[in-house]
Amino acid sequence: MIAEFPPGLLLIGGAVLVPFLKGNVRSAYTLILPLLGILQLIMLDTGTFGAMSSFGFEQTHVRVDKLSLIFGYIFYIAAILGVIFAWHNDDGMEKSTALIYVGAAIGATFAGDLITLFFYWELAAVASVFIIWAARTDRSFKAGLRCLLIYLVSGILLLTGIAMYATATGNVDFNNIGLDSPGGLFIMLAFGIKCAFPMVHNWLQDGYPEATVTGTVFLSAFTTKLAVYALARGFAGTEVLIWIGVTMTAFPIFFAVIENDLRRVLAYSLNNQLGFMVVGVGIGSTLAINGAVSHAFAHIIYKALLFMTMGAVLYRTGTAKGSELGGLYKTMPWTTGFCIVGGASISAFPLFSGFVTKSMILTSVAEEGYLIPFLVLLFASAGVFHHSGIKIPFFAFFAHDSGKRPKEAPFNMLLAMGLAAFLCIGIGVYPAPLYALLPFPVDYAPYTTSHVVTTLQLLVFSGLAFAVLQRTGLYPPELRSTVLDFDFSYRWIAPRLVKGMFKVGGEVWSLMTGDFKALLGALIRRIVQTSGPRGILARTWPTGSMVLWAATLLALSLVFYYQ
Amino acid sequence: MTDAPSNNHNTDENSATKNGKRYWLDDMRNVYKLFWALVTLCVLLTLADLFYEKHVVYEFEHWFGFFGFFGFSVSFALVLTARELRKLLMRDEDYYDR
Repeated sequence: MIAEFPPGLLLIGGAVLVPFLKGNVRSAYTLILPLLGILQLIMLDTGTFGAMSSFGFEQTHVRVDKLSLIFGYIFYIAAILGVIFAWHNDDGMEKSTALIYVGAAIGATFAGDLITLFFYWELAAVASVFIIWAARTDRSFKAGLRCLLIYLVSGILLLTGIAMYATATGNVDFNNIGLDSPGGLFIMLAFGIKCAFPMVHNWLQDGYPEATVTGTVFLSAFTTKLAVYALARGFAGTEVLIWIGVTMTAFPIFFAVIENDLRRVLAYSLNNQLGFMVVGVGIGSTLAINGAVSHAFAHIIYKALLFMTMGAVLYRTGTAKGSELGGLYKTMPWTTGFCIVGGASISAFPLFSGFVTKSMILTSVAEEGYLIPFLVLLFASAGVFHHSGIKIPFFAFFAHDSGKRPKEAPFNMLLAMGLAAFLCIGIGVYPAPLYALLPFPVDYAPYTTSHVVTTLQLLVFSGLAFAVLQRTGLYPPELRSTVLDFDFSYRWIAPRLVKGMFKVGGEVWSLMTGDFKALLGALIRRIVQTSGPRGILARTWPTGSMVLWAATLLALSLVFYYQ
Repeated sequence: MTDAPSNNHNTDENSATKNGKRYWLDDMRNVYKLFWALVTLCVLLTLADLFYEKHVVYEFEHWFGFFGFFGFSVSFALVLTARELRKLLMRDEDYYDR
């Protein structure tokens, strides 16, 4: 019976058939699967099923409640938009891994226990790397590898945290965990890496813009929002998240202003929007959680829309760099219009989706008395309009005329963009259906005179600042460049460090070979001492510390296989 | 690879000069008109503060024109700071590939 079937497995299992199909049939098939998925969610009753027991723990494969349902719905909606946008693309690898990726994210959303969560979590991570690799360029291969390494760290942390939590509490249910629980810190860090917390955020800006035109649209929706879901489930009301979130809203916008690759600019603004959600989770009140969840919902659509418009530009012109573009509105008017709708939505203009969701977070922050976070969020709100609402459409479609006269985007892309734009405006104009899906009853009215006018003031004046800076020539021009971020640490420093270590290691080794026999003898004596019948390493150890050792070894091997 | 952006060039670099179609925004006077329309909108939005009761949490939010002033100044500061950051963080396009 379909109602008792684990939601994610529908897509994961369905992906197996993709390589055997071709052309329109294949595209139609990849569209039917998420449509069936939505149908299944509508039929699902709240509750749990798929109980089983392994590793000595009671597991719940599927838990359906309002929090998992709303993420399930939006994940399927994102999949539908992505599939339509990618209709023309006949790359079987990207199409099937995209389905597995979506299915894994949905499976994780409905996972009732941490072990099931871990399984889907890792599957989503691996699948997303294959989507990056589907671009089949040297750059995408390397960026994918870097993502994989960082995901591995997240996986190791999650496994360590789960093992510590499970041994201490005796259960693996995925409910509120909190930082004070044993292993809680590890689990939060694992979620945090996928949520692009500051300093561990660069896999996002590094990897996503290297995927294909269509791959990036898929990537933008799932990994990070799955992390937001996991944080909302496990760490709602954890105060440190407010400060982490506030940092995330603020610093990426500086990079977004000077970054040239417009898809990378969008990755930075994705990071900034995640910050708003993390703040909401950190506040943890019903209004704030509703705000974070609804913002994730609206965000997935407008961010996909923005990535689609830049994808269409890349598809037609061969570049998404601000320095190479401009004046495209003349021949791509529809894409321009859709991009402006996406920009207005992410900037939270009244009548667009961001307005009815982000304001719940801002209101809860103000009401709980967090003055500094409130001011930073206001700054970030003005800033996001600046770089996503204005910079993206301005440099791609207006600005100086690049002389490029590409054709309008293909019909399937326009259709996907049109649907997304329709949803952005629909949610903004009539938020009631979205509010009804939220985890807690909503007692919030976004459209008050005060709220509309103050928001317009903030945004329109921010726009004025852009216009003045442009007219006075103070605005930094788009330049072909690389902007250093925290990835400098692992793309420049770490490789040189590792190389240095091998060099020193090699010299030490050659010195030692002279005394090799003596060394060998000493080594054998040492092994007998430690691991022999009375050796320290031969004792039985509790599993908890065993996991820690395994994690340490894995982390060490990561360092050594870095190059 | 089916989705190579380079395979989808539909750009005719010369068409701008060839068919020379002038768009409304190509005329700088119209761009200035838009700029002044934006300024007018800002003035109107600020004056709007006189005609309704603000429902906000903090005292400073009640100040006349606070949100406009805040929006303008932080955006201005954001861009100027980012400009300076470029001196520190900007490298050649192939920096990591060398």
